[in-house]
Amino acid sequence: MTNRAVRHFGEAAFSPARVWAMLLRYLYILRSSWPRTIELLYWPTLQMMIWGFMSQFLRTNSSYVAQAFGVLLGAVMLWDLLFRSQLGLSMSFLEEMWARNLGQLFVTPLRPYEWVISLLAMSVIRVTIGVVPAALLAIPLYHYSVFDMGLPLIAFLVVLMAMGWALGLAICGGILRHGMGAEGLAWTVIFAIAPLSCIYYPVTILPSWLQPFAWALPSTYVFEGMRAVMFEGHFRTDYLFTALALDLVYLALGTTIFFIAFRDARRRGALLQMGE
Amino acid sequence: MPEPVIRVENLVKRYGSTVAVDGIGFTVESGVTAALLGGNGAGKTTTLSILLGLLLPRTVHVFGEDVLRHRYRVLPRINFSSPYVDLPHRLTVRQNLSIYARLYGIQGRTERIALLAHDLQIEPLLDRPSGKLSSGQKTRVALAKALLNEPELLLLDEPTASLDPDTGDWVRGYLEDYRERTGATILLASHNMAEVERLCSEVMMMKEGKIVDRGSPGELIDRYGRTNLEEVFLHIARDKRAVLEPVA
Repeated sequence: MTNRAVRHFGEAAFSPARVWAMLLRYLYILRSSWPRTIELLYWPTLQMMIWGFMSQFLRTNSSYVAQAFGVLLGAVMLWDLLFRSQLGLSMSFLEEMWARNLGQLFVTPLRPYEWVISLLAMSVIRVTIGVVPAALLAIPLYHYSVFDMGLPLIAFLVVLMAMGWALGLAICGGILRHGMGAEGLAWTVIFAIAPLSCIYYPVTILPSWLQPFAWALPSTYVFEGMRAVMFEGHFRTDYLFTALALDLVYLALGTTIFFIAFRDARRRGALLQMGE
Repeated sequence: MPEPVIRVENLVKRYGSTVAVDGIGFTVESGVTAALLGGNGAGKTTTLSILLGLLLPRTVHVFGEDVLRHRYRVLPRINFSSPYVDLPHRLTVRQNLSIYARLYGIQGRTERIALLAHDLQIEPLLDRPSGKLSSGQKTRVALAKALLNEPELLLLDEPTASLDPDTGDWVRGYLEDYRERTGATILLASHNMAEVERLCSEVMMMKEGKIVDRGSPGELIDRYGRTNLEEVFLHIARDKRAVLEPVA
């Protein structure tokens, strides 16, 4: 070991090795507890099964579902993807809070944005572990594959992941600002936007005064876009571009909230004290 | 004349209406072991946190660098240990040390961890979860983490708190060896007067956010006409005046 090498490494404005170190930490945590890994699979699979049986029932009792059997199953899986991407980020963040580890981390050369990148990467891993097995299980159980959507699915996935990250960053900023008393935000905030995202019903069902709020959410474009693919067989690129533009706005907002809260925590000395 | 390793001028930190650090100033030269002494709430930990860049007050200088503007030039060269900031409990000691070694970009980290584990006698603990260690074991592991990057400046908050006398003595001996071997500068905050007398050549006595006296342990003992540093500490702590005249 040479001090010069350590200095040079520490002064580098960005280091994939530091991002990997943080990602490794979260993977060690995940590996250290199999109940937590099972929990990642549990809820998406349970949701998929409930909505799968519901869809089977409605296929014979509802012309809406009869036209496109997977409309509810696809919706629930995409919603879960959004929820898990936000929760995946927030949970890794909360691991540091529960461990009271921020004081240790931020006297190393780790940059806050490198930490954020590792949180995003961990969110992708958690979503993959949680949602993909449920999607695969739906194929033998209900003869429905969400992957049949093809390329539009990738577009939906990108929009929802980005929206989940934006929300997750804003929530983490809120927890940094208000302490562990606000940790419940990680599980609850996203459900406030569920009715407006129009997951299972078209936007036109909403009162007209509420519809502009719904159209301000990227998720609404995804669920409307999914129904367009399933019912009309075409992909609405206008929805995609609008959703991506909104994602950029929300990501900028979420990132700003997070970094302001982080700087404020440093100013208040909360990084050393924060935890359970 | 070389730049001191630590240079602090008129440092103030307020938490709302409470003044935690009230205009202190001091320097610590290279290779010196210095101590911040004071009762609870005197401002010792706040001062250490500011030096580490964990708090954002006015600027302080470490290695001649403004910590606010160039903290990433400073952080690779320093490290800290505190019994009040544990390593994450669910990871093993080896996993924790490995992650911190990666964060510092240490080449040959496996060998470095093995060497420190040998030196600090924590080899049997490496594959145990950090949360399942005793206080003494945690302190030695925290010291191993603090020495991963072989810091030129080591900041220690209560380095031997909650250790039995034997382990405490062993840790103090290790720190003396480390300073002699590497020429590192050490700044510690402590309540243990015997520890400070043994390790430190400079002592800054803090009270209510101010440095109220300073000098070598011997100078302070002579100045107050006492027989040891603990009596000096008690004299200052029990002085009825709200705060003694700060030392310039």
